[in-house]
Amino acid sequence: MTGVLPVTLEESRKAVQALLYSGKEYVCVMKLHSDTTEDRVKAVLKEFEDTIYQRPPLRASVKRQLRTRRIYYIDFLEMDGRNVLFKVGCEGGTYIRKLCYDIGEVLGCGAHMQELRRTRAGPFIENESIVTLHDVAYWFMEWQQHKNEKVLRKFIQPMEKALALIPKICIRDSAVDAICHGANLTAPGVLSLETEISSASLMAVVTLKGEAVALAKAVASTEEILSMEHGVVAKPERVLMPRGTYPKCWRSGEI
Amino acid sequence: MPRSIAPWETTRKLLVKAEDKTNPKYGHKPEERSPEEYIRYGVINLDKPAGPTSHEVAAWVKRILNLQWVGHGGTLEAKAREIPT
Repeated sequence: MTGVLPVTLEESRKAVQALLYSGKEYVCVMKLHSDTTEDRVKAVLKEFEDTIYQRPPLRASVKRQLRTRRIYYIDFLEMDGRNVLFKVGCEGGTYIRKLCYDIGEVLGCGAHMQELRRTRAGPFIENESIVTLHDVAYWFMEWQQHKNEKVLRKFIQPMEKALALIPKICIRDSAVDAICHGANLTAPGVLSLETEISSASLMAVVTLKGEAVALAKAVASTEEILSMEHGVVAKPERVLMPRGTYPKCWRSGEI
Repeated sequence: MPRSIAPWETTRKLLVKAEDKTNPKYGHKPEERSPEEYIRYGVINLDKPAGPTSHEVAAWVKRILNLQWVGHGGTLEAKAREIPT
């Protein structure tokens, strides 16, 4: 109910899709409804480190249909009476309140979520560059008065930061504007790419200067792309860079 | 069930397919954007306070910075409601 909330400004809203794929981490206080041993709690938490079934709760912003979510890890931290403190790393879209309820059902005693703090949303973490609303108001006033760019960097990060956890594919200057116009990325435009890309993975298309061009779905794996000489490599999902930032070079091939 | 790898625990290597240079005339590194552009292409790692909804918090940021579009990645429940994404 508190913690990391990435706030996207203007153009960077187009990059939120990348955050939804990047997983979340929470620290949670769960309240048990009757006394249970610590060993039993630890054992049940271990059982939930798996792909779990979850039906979104009554008050949810998504369709209430049974779905699966991956729990990467649950680390038991502390137990005091009926309060259990644990840290959970999970896929985006996991309801922690529901998770606590289900843990209570398996324990047999019932449980509910007492307190929750998000410690990570994709690449954004709690003890790195996090700012409060007060900080935002203060630094922005400071920026308006002194026009010192260093102040902006204290509380705003480039949207490329939001793409840090998805695989990157770097392209030639001459391919950039075509992508900005929605064209598919073809093999000759590719300069370098990261490992572990498979068909249908969401990738960040970047320039040699490190600017984000678009979010795109791969149509081949890393190995396949490396050996391809022609043909489509990725299809853009969301263009992030405005058209005309780089010159239009299709057909002519000149830059 | 063995502990699985979270997205932030995966390591990727960069493999080079071809070499090329970039023309300094066009575009710029994310850190070298002009202040106005830096804001328009920016993200804030905000510590959400308890009480207001994620949506309200985003609206406050929008008002403080005097912007048109401010969104958030993944709702974090306000007080005693459910938490989607």
